[in-house]
Amino acid sequence: MSELGIVYALLGAAVAVLLSGTGSAIGVGIAGQAASGVVTEDPSKFAKVLIIQLLPGTQGLYGLLIGFITLSKIGVLGGGLADISVQTGLLILAACLPIGVVGLLSAIAQGKTAAAAIGIVAKKPDQFGKAMLFPAMVETYAILALLISFLSVNGIQV
Amino acid sequence: MAVLKMQRISICALKKDRKAILEKLQSLGTLEVDHILDEDEDFHRMDTVGQKQGFEKAAASVDQALDILERYVPEEKSVFSALEGKKLISVEEGMKVQEERRDLLRTAKQIYDLDREHAEQLASVTKLTNSIESLTPWLALDVPLKAMKTDRTVFFPGTMPGGTTAAKVYEVLAEKAPDTESADVHIISQEQSTVYLAVICLKEEAGAIEDALRSEGFARASQTWEEVPARQKEQLEQQISEYREKVSGIEEKITALASERERLKIVADYYRVRADKYEVLGTLPQSERTFVISGYIPEAVAGSVADGLMKKYDCMVDVEELKEDEEPPVILKNNPFSANMEGVVESYGLPVKGEIDPTTIMSFFYVFFFGMMLSDAAYGVIVSIVCGILVLKFPRMSPGMKKSLKLFFYCGLSTIVWGVLFGGYFGNIVDIVSAKFLGTTITPPALWFVPLNEPMKLLLYSLLFGVIHLFTGLAIKGYLCIRDGKIMDFFCDVVLWFMLLIGLILMLLPSDLFASIAQMEIVFPGWLNTTAKALAIIGAVGIVLMSGRSNKNPALRIALGAYDLYNITGWLSDVLSYSRLLALGLATGVIASVINQMGSMLPNNVIGIIFFILIFIVGHAMNLAINLLGAYVHTNRLQFVEFFGKFYEGGGRPFNPFRENTKYAEIKEETLS
Repeated sequence: MSELGIVYALLGAAVAVLLSGTGSAIGVGIAGQAASGVVTEDPSKFAKVLIIQLLPGTQGLYGLLIGFITLSKIGVLGGGLADISVQTGLLILAACLPIGVVGLLSAIAQGKTAAAAIGIVAKKPDQFGKAMLFPAMVETYAILALLISFLSVNGIQV
Repeated sequence: MAVLKMQRISICALKKDRKAILEKLQSLGTLEVDHILDEDEDFHRMDTVGQKQGFEKAAASVDQALDILERYVPEEKSVFSALEGKKLISVEEGMKVQEERRDLLRTAKQIYDLDREHAEQLASVTKLTNSIESLTPWLALDVPLKAMKTDRTVFFPGTMPGGTTAAKVYEVLAEKAPDTESADVHIISQEQSTVYLAVICLKEEAGAIEDALRSEGFARASQTWEEVPARQKEQLEQQISEYREKVSGIEEKITALASERERLKIVADYYRVRADKYEVLGTLPQSERTFVISGYIPEAVAGSVADGLMKKYDCMVDVEELKEDEEPPVILKNNPFSANMEGVVESYGLPVKGEIDPTTIMSFFYVFFFGMMLSDAAYGVIVSIVCGILVLKFPRMSPGMKKSLKLFFYCGLSTIVWGVLFGGYFGNIVDIVSAKFLGTTITPPALWFVPLNEPMKLLLYSLLFGVIHLFTGLAIKGYLCIRDGKIMDFFCDVVLWFMLLIGLILMLLPSDLFASIAQMEIVFPGWLNTTAKALAIIGAVGIVLMSGRSNKNPALRIALGAYDLYNITGWLSDVLSYSRLLALGLATGVIASVINQMGSMLPNNVIGIIFFILIFIVGHAMNLAINLLGAYVHTNRLQFVEFFGKFYEGGGRPFNPFRENTKYAEIKEETLS
């Protein structure tokens, strides 16, 4: 039975990267469509809209962070697999869920907000500072999820 | 840390000095025109719309000429041209161009005309090329391509559907026009869908023959030419080459005019400045002999401007304090370090009347938090060096750009400090490289502690920094209340909250919950625990009783107070928001480690090392870029939402002085500010 432990743990790393990465890809994609529209009209706004487009991309990085820490914790990276009980494996899987699920949903929401913020830049380029803030508000919750995932993975004894 | 104090300056002078005074004011650029005098029977406004539009049109036509020049002879620009800022020219140079402005306007017109001619010639070339194309199938014809007749015969060229042969044409004629026999058909050339042919026949039979052929799809040649096609083609080609010569001649002329580009830019600016001047002139109340100009001016320069004007001209200058109800424009004035964060405050909103300029206090927190989020010494070095070099190398860049770069320079310095404290140098590159090539793992020691090993510790510190930041915000609110003499507000909205929050924090510290998080137990003496409880209770009760104090109805007042007490959750979420200091710092470090790890998995040979370096450069460049963005966005957020939320609203109007608002070059001239 103890062979399954490592499977659950790896599944956790996969969930963290998979879901948050998917979310970020969708979010950046949504914002990218809006950004392309603005650049067709006014190529000089490229840098500004690119920055806003990138904002929903951070969830994918947070997922990568948790995935990486999990991998190094269970020894997949070092080469020597740790001996992980089913319980520990499931604990790690549970620890990875917050950033996975919140990352997925918040990145999509942030992508939509970023698309709207790009609309602000299109009409009022001088309000860039404010436009950047709205997508950043959404990101707070991904950061909170990252924190809990990180503290959990970090705290589980292997 | 201040908003510059504004005063109202009013100048009443003789009309003969009008031009000189206006130009002086414009070159000083310290006055925002704002008239208080309305039109009456003595004072009238002058109609300058015509002149203003004339100058605007001139500026636009020169701009257009510059655009055309840019199309023919693109100006050589470096990648950093956006940083170079406007060129500085001497007064003499400006004057010289000003004297030659009519010639330069003619030059602009010439460039415009040449460009139009260029387009026309090119259109002719296209037309001729099309003609040659339509002539090509007829090249084998050795008579001119047009319907001709002799005394007895008629000749006409034309086309028929593809696949038609001479035999088939004769067949058709025999069938549809059996009475004719004189037709002589020559196939000139054939294409997939068209056959080109010429027909000769007797005059009397021509009508019948053409009708018969037409029923099978015959059509006369669409174009007719006086010459034999082969010769005609030569002539057309001759014409094309003539046009092409003209085109290249025009291009040369325009290229030669490119040397005037700098002067054209200056003259465009000159017209722009004059248009602005006439716009102001149009708003001035003027009597028969005098005029009045009035507006806002920073107090610091008001005296010297007034003295300077009165000494030089016959005029009356009056500087006075603003009235109570006036909303003056805002200029921020800060120490050289904090001034760089003015752009951040501006993007949120300038202070309105009665608010203080938060820039100085914010600037320290800003740099502190930014460094903590990026927290990698090597990244800090890169950011500081790049920004430092750019600022030194391009002294003429626009002030806003300069401030932003200097802001990042200081943030980079702070990042270096945090990187050293946390032991982050490109993540863990030293460990990886030493393990890979030296066989032993060398870890650069962290001056304070490594966040990855003790995340809870850093989380607590992050929240502590957050509490300090938020309390500073609340203290500023308290200061504002005292300054405005609102002692009641100060006590109810600031002191009571401080009591409640400090009480709650003091109650939390010795609890089991805190001990399990911090892994250390804090034991307070008994009296402190009692004080904490007392503070919290007094604060809470006070808030419930006092928050709704503007309301007469006691039940409603208590309800509002209770609702205000609910704001404690707002404080909780504000403090927790500072956990991003930990999260973003970790993200930088861990992703840098991922990059290093990826590189270290390669074999330890030449190719492996080359790819290691490649992964290192690309990976860290991306990580730096995305984390720089993250640190910038989230530092702004902490300032705007958490900090400003406590005491600052913004919404002031930026100072927009009457000045030489140029696009390309600035004339070096004395300024008083």
